[in-house]
Amino acid sequence: MSTSDDQPALKRPDQPTLNGSAYSPASPYGADSNDLFDGYGRHLAYDEMFDRGGEVRAHCAALFDELRRASSDELGELQLEADKAFLTQGITFTVYGDEQGTERIFPFDLVPRVIAAAEWQTLERGLTQRLTAINLFLKDIYHEGRILAEGVVPRELVQSCRHFRREMRGVPVHGDIYVSVAGTDLVRGEDGRFVVLEDNLRVPSGVSYMLANREVTKRVMPALFDRYHVRPIAQYGQLLLATLRALAPPRAAGEPTIVVLTPGVGNSAYFEHAFLAREMGVALVEGRDLLVHDNTVYMRSTAGLRRVDVIYRRVDDDFLDPLAFRADSHLGVGGLLNAYRAGNVSIANAIGTGLADDKAVYAFIPAIIRFYLSEEPILSNVETYLLANPSDRKYVLEHLDELVVKAVGESGGYGMLIGPHSTAEERLDFRDKILADPRNFIAQPTLALSHSPCFVDGRVEPRHVDLRPYVLFGTSVSIVPGGLTRVALRKGSLVVNSSQGGGSKDTWVLEE
Amino acid sequence: MLLSRVADSLYWISRYLERAEHTARLLDVRLDLGLDRRRGDDAWHFERLYAALRLQPPADVAELGPASLVDALMFDTANRDSVLSCVTLARENARQVREEISSDMWEQINALFLRIKQAQRERTALARPHYLSRAVIEGVHLFEGVTDATMGHGEGWQFLQVGRFIERAGTTAALVDLHVTTGAAAGASPIEWLGLLRSCAALEAYCRCYTADLRPRRIVEFLLLNVEFPRSVRFAAARVGSSLRTIAQLTGRGAGGRTERLAGRLHASLDYGQVDEILDDSHAYLEGITRHAAQIHAAVFQSYVMYPIESALPA
Repeated sequence: MSTSDDQPALKRPDQPTLNGSAYSPASPYGADSNDLFDGYGRHLAYDEMFDRGGEVRAHCAALFDELRRASSDELGELQLEADKAFLTQGITFTVYGDEQGTERIFPFDLVPRVIAAAEWQTLERGLTQRLTAINLFLKDIYHEGRILAEGVVPRELVQSCRHFRREMRGVPVHGDIYVSVAGTDLVRGEDGRFVVLEDNLRVPSGVSYMLANREVTKRVMPALFDRYHVRPIAQYGQLLLATLRALAPPRAAGEPTIVVLTPGVGNSAYFEHAFLAREMGVALVEGRDLLVHDNTVYMRSTAGLRRVDVIYRRVDDDFLDPLAFRADSHLGVGGLLNAYRAGNVSIANAIGTGLADDKAVYAFIPAIIRFYLSEEPILSNVETYLLANPSDRKYVLEHLDELVVKAVGESGGYGMLIGPHSTAEERLDFRDKILADPRNFIAQPTLALSHSPCFVDGRVEPRHVDLRPYVLFGTSVSIVPGGLTRVALRKGSLVVNSSQGGGSKDTWVLEE
Repeated sequence: MLLSRVADSLYWISRYLERAEHTARLLDVRLDLGLDRRRGDDAWHFERLYAALRLQPPADVAELGPASLVDALMFDTANRDSVLSCVTLARENARQVREEISSDMWEQINALFLRIKQAQRERTALARPHYLSRAVIEGVHLFEGVTDATMGHGEGWQFLQVGRFIERAGTTAALVDLHVTTGAAAGASPIEWLGLLRSCAALEAYCRCYTADLRPRRIVEFLLLNVEFPRSVRFAAARVGSSLRTIAQLTGRGAGGRTERLAGRLHASLDYGQVDEILDDSHAYLEGITRHAAQIHAAVFQSYVMYPIESALPA
C-alpha cells in the first residue's frame, strides 16, 4: 500500500534506553523463556506487550504463552502460508513505473496486536467526538462561518488553505455529513496514551488490508485466535454500504444506485477499490464510465444510461471535475460539481473536506471540539507549532534540529524536515522555505512510537507501530473495532510507509 | 447491470485469448510442416504463415530462421498480434474488470501470462517451440473451462462468448480463403490441406466425419458449414447469434435489433450455404464473411458500448 495519506511517525532524538543501554538480560521473562524473545530488550518507548517492569500485560498473556511455545521454524511456516495467501488472492499493490505489471504484497507480520476492551472504548468515544465536531466545523465554514466570526479559528488560516473549496460555499450537503469515511492515524506517546497524529479526511485507504489481515490471521493461527474473544470486523462492507445509503439524495428514495469511483487500474490502491465494490455489491466505475446530463450523473451500462445517486469516490477533489477543478484531469467527469450542487448526487467524502485535515487547521481541532460540543477533547493532539505565528516561528527556527517540520497540505511524508536526522544544509534550506511562506508549515516534537512484538528474521523483536481505525459517519458514527496497525519492519525505523519497509499486522480489539 | 466499459473488456479478453491460441497453433503447425520441407523452402513457409495470420511479413523473411520466427510471433511485443502481446492485453483487460470475473479466472490468466514471460526469459522455447505452443493452447482452454465453471452465465459471460466466436469466425474464414485461393498455386502440396485442418484443430474431427480421405471440397465444407464442430465458421456464427439474442433480452432491448439482424444474416448464409456454390466464387463469399464479422463487431460496440447519449437518455 503506497497511499497518498501515509505519514511516517518519528522518534525522539538519541532516545536513551533504560540504564543507558538496551536492557537485554539473558532471560528477561522467566527462566523457561523461549529464545524467540532473546534480546527483545526494554526501551523507553511504550511496549504493547510488556509493561515497564518487563511483565506481560494481562491482555497479552495468552499471546505471549502461544509464542513461547512455538518454534522459530513453526512461525516461519505460518509466515510463508500467510504470504502465499496474500499473493494468490492478489492482495497486492502496483509498483509504479513498472510496465511488466509487477504487483507486490504489502508485508504482513504474524503477531497480532491486542487492544483491551476498555482502551478501545476510550478510542471509540474520542474518535466519535472528533469526527462529530469536524463535520460541524465543515458545515459552519462552508455556510455561516460562526467559528471565524468569533475568532476561534483565524479566517486567514481557512481562506489560505489549499484544500478550502470556495465552490462549496452555501452548498447544502445532504444530512450535513461532509466526512463519512475517515482514517485517523493514532500513535501512543511515551506514557502509552493514544494521541491523534493526523485525521485523513479526504480519501483514506488501507481498510482492505485491515480485513485481509484478519482473514489470513484466522486461517493460519486458529488456535491462538480461539483463546481470545476478538470483536469481529467483517461487517465493514455492510456498514460502508449503509453509510453511503444514508447519504443518498431524497430523489433516490428507496434503492439508491451507489458506485465506487476509482482513478483506474494504474492506481496503487486499485485492489482496494475493486475489493470494496465487490464487498458492497456495487459497480466500480472510472470517470469515463460516467457522464452528466441536465445536472444528473449517469453511468453508461449495456442496457443504457443508469442514474447514479451516491459516489464513493477514491479520487482527489482536484481531479473530480475537469470543468470545475483541474482541466487536465481524465479521472473525473465534467459537470459533476454542478450536479452535486443541484443536490442530484451525493459524493463521499464531500468536496472540500481536505480543509479540516490541513496540518495547521489540525492544531485547532481541540478548540473546534470545545466550540461546537462544549466538551473537553477525549483524544489529544500532538503539540503543534504554527509557523505563521511569530513566537512559534522564532522558537522553531531556533530548534530546527529537534523538531519535525511539515508542509501543511502535503501527505505521504513529502515536504518534511526531520530535524534530528537532517543536515545543516537541509535545515538552512528549510529555514528559507519557512520564511518565504510561513503559513505553509507547522512543526511538531519528534515522537516516540510504541513497540509491538513482531516476527522478524526468525525471532520476535520489537518494532514501532501506529494505528489507523476507520470511522464511518452515515446517520451516526460507527467504527469497526480494530484498524490497520502499520509496522516499521526495519529495525529502529519509525517509518511505517509501505514504500519504506513498512508492513502491517492484524489488530484485535477484545470483547469486554 | 453491466457497465459498458466492463462489457467491452470482457469481449476483448476472450478475443485476445482466441487470437493468442490461434497464433500459437498456426506457428506450431507451420514449424512442424516446415521440418518436412525441401531445401530452400523456408521463406515460402514463413511467408505462408504470415499470410495465414493476415500479417505483413518482415522484409527479411527469406533470412529468418525458425528461432527468430518464434521470437517474432511469440514474444515480440512490438507486434500487437504476437502471443505475448495478446495475452498481455487480455490480462490487462481482466485486471480492469477484476470485480466482475471470478478469482479463479484471474489466477488462470495471470498464470498463463507468467508462463510465457518465463519462457521468454529462459529462451528454451526458441529451440523447442512446440511445448510453449501447447502450453498457450492449454492455458486458453483452461481459462475457458474455469470461466464456464466459476462465473455466472449472465450478461458478462455472454460478452465473453461473443468476443471469442467473432474472432474465431473471422480467423477461420481467412484461413480457408488463403488455402482455397492458393490451393492450386505453385509450392502448395496436399500436405497443405492437412496443415489447414490441423491449424483449426480439426483433423481428428474431420476424419471421424469423412475418414482420412482428404478432399479439398470436403475440407472446406467441414470448416465452414459443419454444424457440430466448435471451430467451424457456422458453429461460431450460431454462438455469436445466440449470445447476442440473450444480451438483447437481458438489456431490455426488443428483438430484431441491428446486432441481432446482422448476426442472424451471417448465420443464415452459413445455415443454407452450399459448398459447391461457395466454391464457385469462394473468395467473394469468404471475404463477405470476414466483412460481416467486422460489421457485427462494430454494431455491438455502437449498441452497447459507445452508443450516442441522446438515444439513451430518459424521456
